Amino acid sequence: MRKTFSALVAGAALLIAAGASAQEIRIGIAQEPSSIDPHYHNLGPNNGFLSHIYERLIQQDSKQRLKPALAVSWKPISETVWEFKLRKGVKWHDGSPFTADDVVFTAERAVNVPNSPSSFGTYLKGKTFKKIDDYTVHVSTPNPYPLMATEMSTILIISKKAAEGAQTKDFNLGKAAIGTGPYKFVKWQKGDIVEFARNDDYWGGKPKWGRVILKPISSAPTRVAAMLAGDVDMIDGVPTADIETLKKNSKVKLSQGISNRVIYLHMDQNRDKSPFVTDKDGNPMDKNPLKDVRVRKAISMMINRPAIVERVMEGVAIPAGQLVSKTFFGHTPNLNPEKHDPAAAKKLLKEAGWGGGFGLTIHGPNNRYINDAKICEAIAQMLTRGGIPTKVVTMPKNVYFKRASRGGPDKSPEFSFILVGWGSGTGEASSPLKSLLTTYDKSKGHGASNRGRHSNPKMDALVVKALATVDDEKRRALLQSATEVGIGEDQGIIPLHYQVNTWATRPGLRYDARTDERTLAMDIQIVK
Amino acid sequence: MTASTGEAVIETTGMSSELSPFRRFISDYCESKVAIAGAIGVLVVAFIAIFAPWLSPTNPYDLATVDIMDSRLAPGMQMMSGVTAHVGTDGMGRDMLSAMFYGLRISLGVGAMSGFVALLVGVCVGLTAAYFGGRVDMLIMRIVDLQLSFPAILIALVLLATLGKGVDKIIIALIVVQWAYFARTVRGTALVERRKEYIEAAACLALSHRRIVFRHLLPNCLPPLIVVGTVQIASAISLEATLSFLGIGLPVTEPSLGLLISNGFEYMLSGKYWISIYPGIALLFTIVSINLVGDRLRDVLNPRLER
Amino acid sequence: MSVFIIRRLLQSVVVIWVMSLLVFGGVYLIGDPIDMLINPEADQEDIDAAIRALGLDKPITEQYWFFLINAVKGDLGSSFIFNEPALQLILARMPATMELAFAALFLSIVLGIPLGMWAGLHPNSLSGRSIMTGSILGFSLPSFWVGIMFIMFFAVVLGVLPSGGRGETTEFLGLQVSFLSWKGLSYILLPAINLALFKLSLVIRLSRAGTQEVIHQDYIKFARAKGISEKRVILVHVLKNIMIPVVTILGLEFGSVIAFAVVTETVFAWPGMGKLIIESIDQLDRPVIVAYLMIIVFMFIVINLVVDILYSVLDPRVRLQDVKA
Repeated sequence: MRKTFSALVAGAALLIAAGASAQEIRIGIAQEPSSIDPHYHNLGPNNGFLSHIYERLIQQDSKQRLKPALAVSWKPISETVWEFKLRKGVKWHDGSPFTADDVVFTAERAVNVPNSPSSFGTYLKGKTFKKIDDYTVHVSTPNPYPLMATEMSTILIISKKAAEGAQTKDFNLGKAAIGTGPYKFVKWQKGDIVEFARNDDYWGGKPKWGRVILKPISSAPTRVAAMLAGDVDMIDGVPTADIETLKKNSKVKLSQGISNRVIYLHMDQNRDKSPFVTDKDGNPMDKNPLKDVRVRKAISMMINRPAIVERVMEGVAIPAGQLVSKTFFGHTPNLNPEKHDPAAAKKLLKEAGWGGGFGLTIHGPNNRYINDAKICEAIAQMLTRGGIPTKVVTMPKNVYFKRASRGGPDKSPEFSFILVGWGSGTGEASSPLKSLLTTYDKSKGHGASNRGRHSNPKMDALVVKALATVDDEKRRALLQSATEVGIGEDQGIIPLHYQVNTWATRPGLRYDARTDERTLAMDIQIVK
Repeated sequence: MTASTGEAVIETTGMSSELSPFRRFISDYCESKVAIAGAIGVLVVAFIAIFAPWLSPTNPYDLATVDIMDSRLAPGMQMMSGVTAHVGTDGMGRDMLSAMFYGLRISLGVGAMSGFVALLVGVCVGLTAAYFGGRVDMLIMRIVDLQLSFPAILIALVLLATLGKGVDKIIIALIVVQWAYFARTVRGTALVERRKEYIEAAACLALSHRRIVFRHLLPNCLPPLIVVGTVQIASAISLEATLSFLGIGLPVTEPSLGLLISNGFEYMLSGKYWISIYPGIALLFTIVSINLVGDRLRDVLNPRLER
Repeated sequence: MSVFIIRRLLQSVVVIWVMSLLVFGGVYLIGDPIDMLINPEADQEDIDAAIRALGLDKPITEQYWFFLINAVKGDLGSSFIFNEPALQLILARMPATMELAFAALFLSIVLGIPLGMWAGLHPNSLSGRSIMTGSILGFSLPSFWVGIMFIMFFAVVLGVLPSGGRGETTEFLGLQVSFLSWKGLSYILLPAINLALFKLSLVIRLSRAGTQEVIHQDYIKFARAKGISEKRVILVHVLKNIMIPVVTILGLEFGSVIAFAVVTETVFAWPGMGKLIIESIDQLDRPVIVAYLMIIVFMFIVINLVVDILYSVLDPRVRLQDVKA
């Protein structure tokens, strides 16, 4: 009797649990958004999580390909003007209709958010928005602008009616947080919970989940523990160390996908006296071997990428030979990851006159990329064995990035040999080429993150030309040759691998891994 | 050091005994079996720390021999170099046993070194405050209060972020965090001692300040200092571990026990228990041993407690 | 007495000012958050604009002066990250930390005093010694390690308690609290024990030492001689006399409980101000770091002052005066 009763109770509990689970999804997230204002802070977590509430004219799908969203079509109607046709029948969360006025308002507001630490001006400057009719907008630029569609896929559109005159605070409190997206904003308790509720009037069909709850859990083991304990239905940022065990665990299912982030090494190619290049005994030198392309090539050959992927990344990464992986626009088939060949590397070093070796210090962050400090250490092991005794210095990202970009005299980069990563938010090769490899030039906005100060006029010209070529195929060819010059010929940077991101869900769910590393409730599939 | 402690006890308490002070101290100490275990623990740990390079099968700090192809080997497996990793290897391919021996050396070295310097600084400052009193005392004690009002972990955090990484840097940070405890202890004891007759007598003899402070006042302040010292060494080791856990502190290629634990932390749920459990046990063993000794010293050196 | 209080308050203003100066300078030396806040696709012009937007292009002295003037008006600056007043951010997180800290203190008193008294009354018994050795473990274990072990054991292996977070809260006197519902309690239990461990050891040691001292005093001997039951002797006379120093010291230690909450909150994802400060240090959100430390120091000074005053009220032998001892 008693047994039957408890069985009944258990059965009922299961039913309730199953019923609740189809309604509600709880996600443990590694990094919390810093605002509900979609234009306050151009930051990964914000751009990701706020996509539940707001939408863009053009959206990037899970492979960062452009897909229609609030715009149904877009095309250049002249050299310098693009036309966007807007979707009809879309309603804001407050019931008012979405029109061209909202788009023009958004473009004005997004560049003028007070105290914004990272403005969307990056994508909007030089663009003039004009309403033609309620469902047509023209955007003009002074020069031909091929990246128009790509850049418009970064701006979340807000409602003019709800957000006119609103401050960031009004968004955080929910007053101005009115979007067209599949979920409505419910509340945000900083550090504790972000909650969304289903938008029943969503133009794209009824969203799957009644409620979406995001729980920020920044410590990785705690996040995994929460998953194992069943406190959340899904987590992002599964640490590589746990993947092997989680694979065997029946309570958890993993979803993996390559990300748009490449991990690479910058080498000082500018200064003759580079602060962290020494002779073999650690004394400073007047000559900088890193300026010699043969030395850079030799370093690249000493690095055993498959070993790093297998042993440090636990198999969860893909060796890289350029800035973007195969599916991205601008990837060149002619560049492959450098083969590990210590003997050839030694020969090359000798040829360059550095057969006796020299000393290096590799600097890297220790809390920014997956296993960043360990990768630095593995590289130091490999270089030390190859005849370049290498020290490792890693530091928290808050200290590291400032010093790496402008910690030296005259705001020059402080280090000589560093590990960094680049996530291609636009999903194509021009942005990393422009930021990492073109000659550092403040007035042109070139080489903003070129911390090795690589410089080759030939490559600069190719990039500049590509950025003014609207024709996709021609631009692709230009970006490919620029990559072949900058990385293939010059060894301007040494690519190591592309990160692979891992999500864990409870059984019965599947996550369509996204290259942009976003965690979106819309991309969670229910599987039987 | 221990001998002088014994004498100090006798001097302060004025007890007479037929045993020599040192032997009396030893026999008092040995009344507790747990404390004996603690003392043996400390000796073992110190022995390993001093002779680590000779005891370890490999040199875990030599990047030319550490190979990531050896990473995460289970205990008992053989590394590429042919050496057997008796307690496994860590995520970078270091032999865990060697890494723990070397790590112990660093942890203990950092703890002892910072404790010692902090003690010197604290003693000087504390004695100055107690001896001169008045405004000097007030100023110094305000600084000490200010210092103690900061959570130690936050000062160290800010300091290390500014100074960068390295054994020397973390020692500096720990000294800055610790000196105030010593200063407060010394001042407290010295204030009590200062009013006693033997100091007055010394002053009547017109002895120099320095002589009175260092030859008469200081020896009588030693017992509480030794207790605070042991506790501080243990807490320095623990604090260093916590800082390493938070990602600042020592360079990754030369891990202390704390850094080994924090490296192993990510393998906690992955079944590769040896990477974090063994250094964890070693750290616990070290800190507990030191604290057991410190605890017993507190009892033995405190004349107020009737045992 | 009032002169004493005024002088102490004036002194604390100086202390807080010196502290703000140190922290402001320290964080300035570490760097600024621009390189972490800015999107990597931004060019140099965007970076300069962001630096200007946060006022970081001005010389440090001017930035500090600006901060000081506003601070006097009660505005400690706005968070670089959240663009909300730092004070408001911290105060919003304070109830969670306070609840955790009080829970930890409560646990350490409720468990620590009986254990400590037992150890003091039976110093040579096996149980007494085990308690004392156990208390050494309590302050030897690094709390981050204990925390993760707790999560491993109770949340993952046994699955009886949640692994982290705050769970549901109920409103109580206008504050959101966890301890009024079973669910909320299950969330606070592990972090509270984790945070309490260190103080628990302290309480055990204090009450043991206190008991041992008190038990040999004459009035206890008289009480026993009068034939008062042993239970009454211990529960009334001994307990009463050890409570005062224990509670005083715990009061003084309250500041350090709040500070240690930093580690506990990080491990257990407890949404308090300790987690906020670690995240702010991580992102170099200077206004929040400075404001947090100023609040902590202020709290510490107030607690000290209150304890001093209470002391003089409770114990007429203590005269309030400035340090002239």
